[in-house]
Amino acid sequence: MLTLGPKTFSSRLLTGTGKFASKTLIAPMLEASGSQMITVALRRVDPGADQENILSHIPDTVTLLPNTSGARTAEEAVRIARIARAAGCGDFIKIEVIQDMQYLLPENYETLKATEILAREGFTVLPYVMADINIARQLHDAGAAAVMPLGAPIGSNAGLEMKAMIRRIIDTSKLPVIVDAGIGKPSQAAEAMEMGADAVLVNTAIATAQDPALAGRAFAKAVAAGRMACLCGLAGAQAGASASSPLTGFLRN
Amino acid sequence: MSFFEIANQYQDFDFAGYFDGVTDRDVGASLAKAGEINRLNEYDLLNLLSPAAAGFLEPMAQKARTLTLQYFGRTIGLYAPMYISDFCSNHCTYCGFNAKTGFPRTKLSLEEIEAEAKAIADLGIRHILVLTGEAPAKTPMDYLEDTVSLLTRYFSSVALEMFPMEEEAYRRLCRAGADSLTVYQEVYEQGLYKSVHPKGPKSDYAFRLLTPERGARAGFRALNIGPLFGIGEPKAEAFMAGIHARYLEREFPDVEVSLSLPRMNPVDGGMAPAHLLDDAGFVQTMLAWRLFMPRLGINISTRESAQFRDRLIHLGATRYSAGSKTDVGGYTVRNPERTNCDTTVQFDITDTRSVDQVTQMIRESGYQPVFKDWEIF
Repeated sequence: MLTLGPKTFSSRLLTGTGKFASKTLIAPMLEASGSQMITVALRRVDPGADQENILSHIPDTVTLLPNTSGARTAEEAVRIARIARAAGCGDFIKIEVIQDMQYLLPENYETLKATEILAREGFTVLPYVMADINIARQLHDAGAAAVMPLGAPIGSNAGLEMKAMIRRIIDTSKLPVIVDAGIGKPSQAAEAMEMGADAVLVNTAIATAQDPALAGRAFAKAVAAGRMACLCGLAGAQAGASASSPLTGFLRN
Repeated sequence: MSFFEIANQYQDFDFAGYFDGVTDRDVGASLAKAGEINRLNEYDLLNLLSPAAAGFLEPMAQKARTLTLQYFGRTIGLYAPMYISDFCSNHCTYCGFNAKTGFPRTKLSLEEIEAEAKAIADLGIRHILVLTGEAPAKTPMDYLEDTVSLLTRYFSSVALEMFPMEEEAYRRLCRAGADSLTVYQEVYEQGLYKSVHPKGPKSDYAFRLLTPERGARAGFRALNIGPLFGIGEPKAEAFMAGIHARYLEREFPDVEVSLSLPRMNPVDGGMAPAHLLDDAGFVQTMLAWRLFMPRLGINISTRESAQFRDRLIHLGATRYSAGSKTDVGGYTVRNPERTNCDTTVQFDITDTRSVDQVTQMIRESGYQPVFKDWEIF
């Protein structure tokens, strides 16, 4: 089970609402994937337009993770988070502060500032950051509920480009680690989980697949397999061969 | 270095000579590099715009489509224009709002603007583009600030396409709630620019060229630029617009940059296009821009036909205008069905479909229409 703030989830696959060919594809994807938490950009929420309101396409059983997409500073992220809460989106918030519109890489300093403020206000804060063990430690101290390092730039489907750094975060972080952004294939999600990540967030790869529901199911199975691989105590790899009948075995007989 | 200095470096560049020398092999090499941000340099852009690249449209389209899906998903943003004044002191030889064109000029009152805003918002549109001619005495800052403030009550994004202003004026409009700025250079070739802008403030090439930079410094979160195809040589103009967009992207990394491809349409008092950009050239330009800048927004206006717009969705377009009226008060105030007023349009619309019809087309094409994608909170 994955515990984030006050809630516990049996699924370790978080999904997103962006980039789908139709909002009507979101509910079947959620059902097929078993994902229990989904991000939604508050900038796309339009409560005044019933059919176009993205929230009406998300079942009540799924936890909303509003994100602060569009924020360039901590101040803007805080403002968006407060509006999301006031709009009835709950207390979970994914901090997304981006100042680089080419690569959409997160700005760690502003993210940390926003986390400090929002955690004090009782939000369950999930910050999206560059993979760095220092920021993971600082976010823990600031009251974050998890740390979300990117695997690769948003939408790139490039996989675990930050693998070595993510591994170090997993090794040292006291917070749950959710690999966010860049995961483009179920095998990459499985690899992140196998490394010891607590969860992964996948949007583009699912949303832009020919069959998003099937893609969601594939990712769910990959995440579950990766988690089991992490827990089962696999033997480590080594460069040389290891004989099943060792040459010095006779000494123990 | 401002973009004016960069533009100057290309004033004597032999575009025709370069394009003539591009081989299939050059195009293939540039195309093979495409797929990552900043992978293609200026010469790659030239290669992809060249006549030789016309034979590579399909592989360019396949790659452009993949990149667009990756960065934007299957979504198309929607917006509508709103003209609030057609007073203008410029003498642009190609424009229906030219100061010399004789027609009764109109400026909407705030009440009329609100009526227009309600009508457009009722269509579902949440992103509005506000346009004026260049006549600051008729549309002073107070009027523009009041307009923007009023529109923020109806729309989540207010974009401006007005006359070039100083940075401080833009700051005031940003504070009032505007978030995006559109300014077309119309033509990048300096001599030609002078000849088609003989009089009026628009005759200042450099001031217009540097407008997006002033806008970015003033706080606009999005910039939209482009040439008006029909005035200058299309391939050279497309190249200049492309490197202008990349300059802005690099200089202002927190700003979203997009390009438009307006083609000249017939207007009252306007001149015939000197250079025609045909549909194949239009598509090639769009694909070259997409491969050059994978994260670039590409806007398609209702100047283009419905049939053509339907196809462009699959080729890298990201935003469409819909249900557009290009005359002042065209949605309600001067709607001929309600009044007997004559209307004067800035240019003729070709895709006359309603917002609902465009929305339906987007859905049937396998894409999601996005009405709201921004809000100043």
